[in-house]
Amino acid sequence: MNELQFLTWVRGTGLNIAVGIFLLGVLWRLFEIYSLGRKQDLSAPRHASGASGFHTIFRRSLPPPGMLKRSPVSYIGGYVFHIGLAIVVFLFAPHILLIKNLTGLSWPALPSQFIDLMAVVTMAAMVVVLVDRINKPVKRFLSTFEDWFTWTVTFLPVLTGWMAVQHLLLPYTTMLALHILSVELLLVVLPFTKLFHVFTLFGSRWYNGKVNGHKGVPV
Amino acid sequence: MERSDTLQEKMEQNGMSRRTFIKYCASLASLMALPPSAAYAMAEALGKAKRPSVIWLPFQECTGCTESITRSHSPSIEGMIFDMISLDYQETLMAAAGHQAEEALHAAMKENYGKYVLIIDGSVATGLDGAYSCIAGRSNLESLKEAAKGAAAIIALGSCASFGGIPKANPNPTGAVAVSDIIKDKPIVNIPGCPPIPVVITGVLAQFLTFGTLPELDKLGRPKAVFGETIHDRCYRRPFYDQGKFAKTFDDEGARQGWCLFELGCKGPVTYNACATTKWNDSTSFPIESGHGCIGCSEPDFWDAGGFYKALSMPADPLKMAATAAVAGAAVGVAISFANRAKKGAAKSAHETTKLEDLEK
Amino acid sequence: MSASLEKGVRVLKEVIDAPIASYFNSCVHCGLCAEACLFYTETGDPKYTPIHKLEPLRRIYEQEYTLLGRLKKMAGLSKPVTDAELDEWQELVYNSCTLCARCSAVCPVGNDIVYMVRKFREGMSAAGHAPEGIKGAVNRTITIGSPMGVKLPAVQAQMKHVEADYGIPIPLDAEGAEYMVMLSSMEIINFPEYLGAIAKIMHQAGKTWTLCSTAFEATNAGMQIGNSDLARVLVSRIVDGAEKLKVKTVISPECGHAYTALRWEGANLIGRPFTFEVKHILEVLAEFQEKGLLKTEGFETDKLTFHDPCQLVRRGGVIQQPRKLINQVAKNFVEMPDSGFMNWCCGGGGGASAIEEGAELRLEAFRKKKSQLDAVKPDRLVTACANCRIVLEEGLEHYQMDIPVVGLTEMIAEHLPERQKPEGS
Repeated sequence: MNELQFLTWVRGTGLNIAVGIFLLGVLWRLFEIYSLGRKQDLSAPRHASGASGFHTIFRRSLPPPGMLKRSPVSYIGGYVFHIGLAIVVFLFAPHILLIKNLTGLSWPALPSQFIDLMAVVTMAAMVVVLVDRINKPVKRFLSTFEDWFTWTVTFLPVLTGWMAVQHLLLPYTTMLALHILSVELLLVVLPFTKLFHVFTLFGSRWYNGKVNGHKGVPV
Repeated sequence: MERSDTLQEKMEQNGMSRRTFIKYCASLASLMALPPSAAYAMAEALGKAKRPSVIWLPFQECTGCTESITRSHSPSIEGMIFDMISLDYQETLMAAAGHQAEEALHAAMKENYGKYVLIIDGSVATGLDGAYSCIAGRSNLESLKEAAKGAAAIIALGSCASFGGIPKANPNPTGAVAVSDIIKDKPIVNIPGCPPIPVVITGVLAQFLTFGTLPELDKLGRPKAVFGETIHDRCYRRPFYDQGKFAKTFDDEGARQGWCLFELGCKGPVTYNACATTKWNDSTSFPIESGHGCIGCSEPDFWDAGGFYKALSMPADPLKMAATAAVAGAAVGVAISFANRAKKGAAKSAHETTKLEDLEK
Repeated sequence: MSASLEKGVRVLKEVIDAPIASYFNSCVHCGLCAEACLFYTETGDPKYTPIHKLEPLRRIYEQEYTLLGRLKKMAGLSKPVTDAELDEWQELVYNSCTLCARCSAVCPVGNDIVYMVRKFREGMSAAGHAPEGIKGAVNRTITIGSPMGVKLPAVQAQMKHVEADYGIPIPLDAEGAEYMVMLSSMEIINFPEYLGAIAKIMHQAGKTWTLCSTAFEATNAGMQIGNSDLARVLVSRIVDGAEKLKVKTVISPECGHAYTALRWEGANLIGRPFTFEVKHILEVLAEFQEKGLLKTEGFETDKLTFHDPCQLVRRGGVIQQPRKLINQVAKNFVEMPDSGFMNWCCGGGGGASAIEEGAELRLEAFRKKKSQLDAVKPDRLVTACANCRIVLEEGLEHYQMDIPVVGLTEMIAEHLPERQKPEGS
């Protein structure tokens, strides 16, 4: 198989399979988790403004009082990585075109040189949080194979995409194909690993905020 | 054919000065990424060379490559090259036909055995033992194998000969393959393009005649000097790509402003060729400059690369599986939900109210 | 004597719900929960990481309620939860967790870890892995009526003392009273001034109130051990008493888990909403304050700071009331760092203070509270939970810090204007 055939495969069959498994997995897992249901709370609620499930969905993105000092890498590294990744994924012109083709939605892009910079910043942040995971006793204690694997599966798309644009290591066509392939790998494993927090964090934060809001505590 | 005239003599006959000739050699050397000194070497060698035999066999082709090579608005330059070589067999250009032509071919092959340059355009049909493409009652496949035996080097001209081209496109009914899929024991230079840029062939030949060597080739057997960069990296519309300014239809404001054609399917990023720099028709224009995206014609299997008007960032074929997968996922999810609720319900029914003593084992 | 692993697992299968499933699937192993937990921050031992305390529950969830987990189990590729493992986890689930809920407040993906620990304790207790100390407390609460073994006669004796000292009658089983007051064992035995304070305040406010002979104990050890069946028994006593006496509001005393058990878990334990309101004493006092029914005179002038009881503030939502009340009777009140609903636990809640073998760990964890106090250097420490008071006093003594601990209700009561004693007393 030559490089253009490889690229055509990952753009075609490969993408079909990956998106298929992704959709199947996401729906399956969402049902699996949320169908367990929960009992209604029969205690009388305390009505306090600013404390509810929805509030917590947003508020929980900020560090609670005192926590930033205790673990600055977790917060700052986390912000830079997530925001950087979002910028690269959603504000790069070819990516927006892909989304437009899949969903019909599109929006203006940022200049590709800026995206280039963000890709580097994102990768740097990811390396920093990886090193932190290795160094900090609690993170190291909690980490399993899945943590290293999901880090790699998330890092590779950024790396290969950036390498393709920079024309590093392998010819562009091959690098582009590897980039798309790495994204397909990410799609396939996302519903079945901790990466699924992309979807479940909304539910979790909402439950948490609701329970606390019921008591009038704005967490 | 007269072989005693050297090129120098020929050119004087046609009223071209030596100075012009040297300038021409300089541009050829530059095209082939040879050092400046090569220009003089080329002029010397070409000037004195006895014209080598070149045999051109057309297979499953559209004659576009021949058209391209011979189509020039300065016939004296291109024609000169054909005077530089002894083109002993070329079906479109030669005067002879029928048995005469075949005799000329076999005579040339015999006389120059081991020394002639073999140019092939068109793909080689292998289906039905090669019956899909026959000339003078012989399949191209057979002709190729025979002609290759006595060739010093083979030039696969055009994407069909280099990679299989349009006949090879899905479902490839004739079993079309590239020259390099059949011949494994001779040096082959692929000069792809549908058609290739005219001056590339002359550059390759000039190098061969001057130095007796073939140019440095990439992984796909293409001269690196010509096919080493992508269109995208040399395209004059690149700044628009970087700024995200794309034409969305062929006649919208963006198109009129000359914005990037990525969204209209341009395959510039994955196409290696010199179109963006050397251009066509004596540097007049190239497809993108004329408002149409690059179709990637110098790449293998470009006909099956997902569509000329589908941007590279788009899926190559519609996501047919998506809807089915979603439904399947929901079904799996609902099934598990039932199983989970049943299990939880069973656990609840089996609940034994804990009394104090039940805290002990 | 029927506790068993099988029973424990069955109970856990009952209690696992969508929130728990969502939480386990959201955890990204960031370790921030450990940074919020005083048992980790003061010991540096990663095993005290809150989410790690739930590892057996996570595996049960995976093996029972996920398709892939069930397939793995069928293929023999999953690690089963064993009795020995639950035994090992006892320290993590009880000794080193006070159900303070700081972890739930900081988890970036929103995991309510304290909720999960509470549910995990259901399985632990049903499997026979609850600590002796709490089992004893539960035993005494169920059989005798209070975790410290206090019976009605002891309460009646206290009532008589208070009546004599203050000249105010203490009603018992007065039907139709507006408020039903409850006490915690700690108060009956260690801080009898509380009852007197209530009497004074109610008298001044002109409110009718009563104690209940069958439901004077507020402490719910069933909740601390994490067993809903037993917790239900205890809550039912209060509900029955309140409904029998037809009171409008039941007042939960200065005890943390009593409030959580009755106010927030009670209705869910008995399966129907209450027909009466439940308020913490501080909520009642704050209401009186707002209505002008709480008249005080004089001020404390020494430097005071407030320890926020976890169950009252972070888990109860009674956040501003303590401050408003303190400011009415104190001129020099300073907040400690992280005050309010992010304050740090005293280290003894959730039943932990009843676990003898956990004493050393608690004292180590107390260093967090010590550091907060060192930053403020108060003259006295005010709080509103009798268990916190005991634990704080123990900790302060251990670290040789001379800071008296006072209850807020008492402090308020001390500033009520002197009323004239009735004639003849």
